[in-house]
Amino acid sequence: MLTLKNLSTADLKRPLSNLNAELESGKIYTILGRTGAGKTELLRTLMGLDDIADGRLELDGQDLAKRPVRRRQMSMVYQQFINYPHLTVLKNVAFPLRRQGLSAVDATERATAALALVGLAGFEHRMPSELSGGQQQRVAIARAIVKKARILLMDEPLANLDYKLREKLREEFPRLLAENADGIILYSTTEPAEAMELGHEMIVMHRGRILANGAPEDIFDAPATVEVAKLISDPPVSIVDGNVSGGRIVLGATTHLPTPDFVLPPDGPVQIGIRPDALSVGGDMPAKVVLAEFSGSDTIVHLALDFGAAVMLVEGIHEFSPDQDVSVALDTSTLLLFSADGKNITERRSNG
Amino acid sequence: MGRTYHIIKYLCLLAWTTFVVFPFLWALSTSFKDANAVTSGARYIPWVEFEPSVQGWTSLFASGSQGINIVTPFLNSASVTLLASIVSLGLGTLAAYGLSRFSYKAGFIKNADITFFFISQRIMPPIVLAIPFFLMLKEIQALDTIFGLVIVYVALLLPIAVWVMTDFFASIPKELDEMAMIDGCTPIGAFFRVVLPNSTAGLVVAGMFCLIFGWNDFFFAFILTFTETQLLPVASVSLNSSVTPWRSLSAFALISVTPLALIAIVVERFMSRGSLAGAIR
Repeated sequence: MLTLKNLSTADLKRPLSNLNAELESGKIYTILGRTGAGKTELLRTLMGLDDIADGRLELDGQDLAKRPVRRRQMSMVYQQFINYPHLTVLKNVAFPLRRQGLSAVDATERATAALALVGLAGFEHRMPSELSGGQQQRVAIARAIVKKARILLMDEPLANLDYKLREKLREEFPRLLAENADGIILYSTTEPAEAMELGHEMIVMHRGRILANGAPEDIFDAPATVEVAKLISDPPVSIVDGNVSGGRIVLGATTHLPTPDFVLPPDGPVQIGIRPDALSVGGDMPAKVVLAEFSGSDTIVHLALDFGAAVMLVEGIHEFSPDQDVSVALDTSTLLLFSADGKNITERRSNG
Repeated sequence: MGRTYHIIKYLCLLAWTTFVVFPFLWALSTSFKDANAVTSGARYIPWVEFEPSVQGWTSLFASGSQGINIVTPFLNSASVTLLASIVSLGLGTLAAYGLSRFSYKAGFIKNADITFFFISQRIMPPIVLAIPFFLMLKEIQALDTIFGLVIVYVALLLPIAVWVMTDFFASIPKELDEMAMIDGCTPIGAFFRVVLPNSTAGLVVAGMFCLIFGWNDFFFAFILTFTETQLLPVASVSLNSSVTPWRSLSAFALISVTPLALIAIVVERFMSRGSLAGAIR
C-alpha cells in the first residue's frame, strides 16, 4: 500500500498541500484535474524527482522519501513521448531490464514480448525517430510496463495524441494495464470521461489539493463541492445562484422550481448545479443561444437563461444559431444543491 | 521563377566555393614552383606555364642550410593539441553537465555566475595572461616542455568547452536523465549511458573549437617555448630569411591546414547524426 500522509511540497510551480491518500495494490487510480492542478507535481514527488517539504510518503509502511529514484520500484510514462534516441526500439524497452541485472537474452525476450503487447512487433530494430508520435508513446508504455514495477505512474499519456489515436490507445489501456495488475497504477488526466472509465478509484485535484477521493460513480453522483462538480463533468455542471424560500428553490427573480425530490435546507442563498443533460429543448423556460458546438455525436449548447448561464447537452447533431430563442425544460430530479460556501447539501427524499 | 532561382543559387555557391578553394589551389601551385616562377607574374598550370619542382616540399624535411625539419614541431603540436583538447573536453563536459542540471549556491554566487566566471577567462587579452603563465611555468620548471604547454592550453580551452557544452546540455531535455534514473541508473550512470551518447554534436563542436585553438596558437607557443619544444606555428617563423621562401611557406601552410581539414571532414557527419530526434515530442 502506498500512503500519503499530510504530504506537502514547496518550490514548485504548483506546490502540493497537505495530501492524504491510501492507495492499494491491484487498483487503478485516476487523478483528475485541470492543467496546473498539481497532477504532474504529485507524480514527480511520488517518483522522487521533486522533494517533499513536509509529511510522509510510505510504501508498505516504509518511508520512501529517502529512497533514490532508481530504488522506488516505480515506472513512469510522461505526457511527452520520451525515449532514448540513440537506442533502437528493442534496446529502449530492454534498457530498464538490463539495469535490473537481467541477461541480454532474457531482457531481449521480455522486451520483444512487451513490444508485441503494445502492437509494435516488427518495429524492434527501428530508431524512435523513425516512428510516429503514437508509436513512440507505445514504446514508452512498453518500457514502463516491462519492468512490472510495484507502482506505475502515467502522466496524461494520451494528451499529445490526436483524437483517433487517443481513442484507440484508451481502448487498449485496460488490456495493457493488466500487465501491472498486481501493482498500484496512478493515471492522471484532464478528461473526466477517461478518469471515470479507467479508474477503480478517482482522485480529484485542484490547485495542489485533493478535493475528492473515492469510487468514480460516487464522486459523480455526489460531488463534495462546487469545484468537484465542475471538474467531474464535461461539458461541466452549470452553477447558478439561487435561494431557498418558503420550501421552494427560486432561481433569479421569477423562476420557481418544483423540487419534490429534495429535502431543502432552511431559507437562504444556495448554489444550484445543473447537469448538462438536465436541460432539454421543448419546455416553457425561455432561453437564448449563446454558442453551439459539436462534440462527437452530441451538440453542446451554451444558453443564457433568466437566472444565468447554463450548458445544455443535446443528443445528435442539431443546428443552433447564436441569439436564437429557444424554450427549454429543466429536469429537477438531477439537480445538485450547494451551500453558499460551495459544500454539497443535496439531500434526496427516500422513496420509502 | 524556379529555374532562375536555381541558376542564381548555383552561381552564388560557385562564387563562394571559388573564394574558399582558390587560395588553397594557389598555395598548392606555388609550392611546386621554383623561385623564378613565383616572382615572374601569375602562372597557374604546371608543365605548361612553369616547370614543377618538389624542392618547396623537400626543404621542410631537410636540416641545416637546406631548410628546416618540421616533423618534430608537427608531432609536438599534435601532442599538445590532442592532450589539451582531451583534458579540456573531459573536464569541461563534466563541469557543464553539473552546471546545466544542478543548482549551486554559495552566498551570492549561483550557476549563472559560475558559467560567467568560466567565460570571463577568455575576456582578458592574451598578453595579460602571458606573464603570469611564464612565471608559473618557470616556477614549476615546465617552461619549454609539452607538459607546461598542455597546462596552459587546458586553462585556455576549458572555458570554451564549458561554454559550448553547458549550452548544449541545456538543449537536452532533463526528462531524459530522469527517465534513465527511473529505469535504474544512478545520476552518473544516466550521464554516461544516456546523456553523453546523445551529445555527440556538442562534443564535436567543442572538440573542434579546442583543436583549432590549440593547433593554431602562436602567441603562447612563442612565449612559453624556446628551442626544445617548438610548435608548428613557431617553426613557420624560422622558415623566413632575407628572401621569403614562398614555395616552402606554401607547402608548410598546406601541411598545417591538412590535419584540421581532415578532422573536420571526418567529424562533420557526427554533427548531424547527434541530433535528438526521437528523444522527446
